[in-house]
Amino acid sequence: MAVEKPKSFQEILLALQSYWASKGCAILQPYDMEVGAGTFHPATTLRALGAKPWSAAYIQPSRRPTDGRYGDSPNRWQHYYQYQVIIKPSPPDLQDIYLGSLEAIGIDMGLHDIRFVEDDWESPTLGAWGLGWEVWCDGMEVSQFTYFQQVGGHDCHPVSGELTYGLERLAMYVLGYDDGNEMPFNSPDAPIPLTYGDIFREAEAQYARWNFDVANTEMLFQHFIDAENECRAILEQPEIDPKTGRRIVMALPAYDQCIKASHIFNLLDARGVISVTERQAYIGRVRALAKACADAFVMTEAAGAA
Amino acid sequence: MADLLIELFSEEIPARMQRRAAEDLKRLVTDGLVEAGLTYASAGAFHTPRRLALTIEGLLAESPAIREERKGPRTDAPEQALAGFLRSTGLTKDQLEARADKKGEVWFAVIDKPGRPAAEIVGEVLEATIRNFPWPKSMRWGTGTLRWVRPLHSILCVLSDEGGASVIPLDVDGIASGDTTEGHRFMAPGRFSVSGFESYESSLKQRFVILSAEERAEKIWHDATQMAFAQGLEVVEDKGLLAEVAGLVEWPVVLMGDIGADFLDLPAEVLQSSMKEHQKFFSVRDKAGRIVKFVTVANRETLDDGATILAGNQKVLSARLADAKFFWENDLRVATTDITQWTDKLANVTFHNKLGSVAERIDRIAALSRKLAPVVGADPDEAETASRIAKADLSSEMIYEFPDLQGVMGEYYAQSAELSDEIAAVAREHYQPLGPSDDVPTAPLSITVALADKIDTLTGFWAIDEKPTGSKDPFALRRAALGVIRLVLENDARLHLDRFIDAQLLRHEIDVSDGEERKLLHAVLGEIARHGPFSSAVRAIVDKIEGDAPDWVEKVLSHSPDVSDDLLSFLHDRLKVFLRDKGIRHDVIDASLAMPNADDLTLLVKRAAALQDFLGTEDGENLIQGFKRAHNILKQAEEKDGVEYSFGPDPKLAETDEERALFTALDAAEAEIAPAMEAEDFGTAMRGMATLRAPIDAFFETVQVNADSQILRRNRLNLLHRISATCLSVADLTKVEG
Repeated sequence: MAVEKPKSFQEILLALQSYWASKGCAILQPYDMEVGAGTFHPATTLRALGAKPWSAAYIQPSRRPTDGRYGDSPNRWQHYYQYQVIIKPSPPDLQDIYLGSLEAIGIDMGLHDIRFVEDDWESPTLGAWGLGWEVWCDGMEVSQFTYFQQVGGHDCHPVSGELTYGLERLAMYVLGYDDGNEMPFNSPDAPIPLTYGDIFREAEAQYARWNFDVANTEMLFQHFIDAENECRAILEQPEIDPKTGRRIVMALPAYDQCIKASHIFNLLDARGVISVTERQAYIGRVRALAKACADAFVMTEAAGAA
Repeated sequence: MADLLIELFSEEIPARMQRRAAEDLKRLVTDGLVEAGLTYASAGAFHTPRRLALTIEGLLAESPAIREERKGPRTDAPEQALAGFLRSTGLTKDQLEARADKKGEVWFAVIDKPGRPAAEIVGEVLEATIRNFPWPKSMRWGTGTLRWVRPLHSILCVLSDEGGASVIPLDVDGIASGDTTEGHRFMAPGRFSVSGFESYESSLKQRFVILSAEERAEKIWHDATQMAFAQGLEVVEDKGLLAEVAGLVEWPVVLMGDIGADFLDLPAEVLQSSMKEHQKFFSVRDKAGRIVKFVTVANRETLDDGATILAGNQKVLSARLADAKFFWENDLRVATTDITQWTDKLANVTFHNKLGSVAERIDRIAALSRKLAPVVGADPDEAETASRIAKADLSSEMIYEFPDLQGVMGEYYAQSAELSDEIAAVAREHYQPLGPSDDVPTAPLSITVALADKIDTLTGFWAIDEKPTGSKDPFALRRAALGVIRLVLENDARLHLDRFIDAQLLRHEIDVSDGEERKLLHAVLGEIARHGPFSSAVRAIVDKIEGDAPDWVEKVLSHSPDVSDDLLSFLHDRLKVFLRDKGIRHDVIDASLAMPNADDLTLLVKRAAALQDFLGTEDGENLIQGFKRAHNILKQAEEKDGVEYSFGPDPKLAETDEERALFTALDAAEAEIAPAMEAEDFGTAMRGMATLRAPIDAFFETVQVNADSQILRRNRLNLLHRISATCLSVADLTKVEG
């Protein structure tokens, strides 16, 4: 299948969007909160739970404060993009469908060496794990491919197949750039051509400074506790809404607070104020929230509960 | 006779699990077949990233018929007994036979089990094997409940004989068996059918799959070495990596590429680790030993002969090495400014939650090193400095990224901090020996810190009661113990391990932050390391304390030797294993262990080696017989008489020449043995002992020990005691067998 080589970062995003749309996925929008990875989107974490079939794909802007390099690194940013695909139950030909997506963004299967190399995925903060691979193209990791086994402490049944593409790295490879900041974001032939660096370099420097040295840690510690308390408080509400008289389990609003706590933890970590021993304790606290949200979500109609 | 071919085709199996899985498949299927009565001539198992295969040749076409007879109750037994027998045999009463027995008539059940066709048995065995496969980690997928390492796609199961081949039908969770499989994922997509192992293996090869992992590994190694050789280079051998890479490809294609000129100055170990850990590349070195190129193994051929693949791999490597170079340069900046800031940072790194931080551990090692240094001829101040630098690299960026390079980088960084080569080498060498075949350091400074490091580890985990049990040894304590043994023996080091163990155990138990108290603690523990915990030197320090003694002093004085004894006996157990592998008899080791100062391992082994040599001689073997005879007669007599015959025998009471000769021989032997033992010259001592052999033999031949005269009898028993005592001063010969 001859595919015209994409010329810009956004062409790759668009190609992935239309490829997965053609495979029947609902093309969702990014979740509107700060997250560390596409997996945190409730469309993955929560929808992987329960028996209801699900099929979605989306771009998720993600933030990892510790990865900040002030915009100076050719391949590391504290804000970056992941492309996420989740299909439940995992189709038997998911590997082939996935390979089709690589062709769709201009990777010629006849010239490249694609490999599935063991890499089991685990998210201690989400109480989730799965088995799968990192997918290599000519020795470079281009995706993570996982069969979810557990999320929020619940066994996944049926099992979801999850794909995560690190978009910057993949695009740099496909477009042939060693420095991601130089890669064209829109078409190089556009009246106003913009590179990835034009768009993000300034932001990277500003956020790196704030993340590493300025963020008010006292306030963040308090926000962490607030989010934790709010999450618990939401889940402690009775199932029956006294106003409407309907059964409304508020797993999603509670999960928002869990995501918040997780991101605040990442910020505190970047500020270097969490010691090695405390680290485990904080991760455990976020995991406890994720589990409580998962417990609540499986009780909802969205998870297939009666 | 029939041949059986099985293939389980799945998504990519982790390389590290493939070999074991193929062996398990073979074991489980053949065991199941044999148990059902189906024997076979030969079996072979294979693995690739996407398949496990098993071929069995010369399989019985059906299991032999079996007739089983079971004896039941007597025919006049109560109804219930008969009913129970019928239930257990699954027969009805009219199917039973009544037979005469000694006690009357008894029911017999005769059950004919007809032979079963191989296909039926194979189907059952294979299904059970798939359902209960012992993967180290397995998963579910889709809507199914079956567990496999990754989704299982197809089951090939073909039984063939002269009449042709047929599929053995089975269905595991919706996966039906068949006679088809797939070739290479990209180079030959699509399914094809096979009729038996030969067609399977050759069809796979036509479809770009080499079935045998050994063949793949050989091809990789052959092509890689040829390619390197053609350019006057050499591939760095790495068997583990070769096996892993052979498990990542079905159709290996070797490609060799350049390492960017920017990176050639990185330490060879850094280049090698970057390439191996992340990229599974082999390193290629030039005649001077510099790593100049890499070899990568692709899983396919391409129209551009791998040019795109190689360029991609090179790009990835450059990005990796750019990271490594960044770490290296950052680290060098720290190391040349003030390398000790790395050690300070280790206060925030937990070594073990019950054993404190790495920094605390370094403090303990430094304190112990000071005491060990003089024993192996190192300077205590240098030993302390070296201890404090040895683990500094654990804070470096490079070690965060490549933990395997700990010590190796430490040496580079210490050199850059302008520490002496001897101190720098400690960073690398104090981890040694890393295994039974690893080198043991010989520089006094390295020996000191290597010993301190291992003794601190052992005493720490003993102090918190985390000892190895059975096959579980998560902290590699057996390796640490063997390290201590080899460090001591191979360097002929002379030390009382027991005392150092006691001192270090107390160092784990007592936590003092106050400066003055720390000095006092160091002084006390120093005396313990030198003279043992119950020595007067320890008392002397304690007695000098003015005012109230700190609480821990009581702890020191009431220190129980149980834990250190237990650790020493663990070391002795490891020593036994170590010496047995070196061909030293276990009874010889026991005979040496029972002697005083057995915590001085060098002394212990010297004694054991001499004893082993001695027992290998004719004199030695016979002397043991003489000794045992003397010892046994003496012990029996002492038990019977209820006294100890340990008074010196009187030569004037000797009656015969032989008896007199024995007295003379004992005088001479004792005169030779005592100074030899003093000088730890066990060879001479044993030769002295050997001179007793003939006189002892002659004595027993001619003299009656249990003489009628009580005076003579007592004198002779005392003489036997003298023989026994003389011999036992050399080694505990009662432990020697034979």
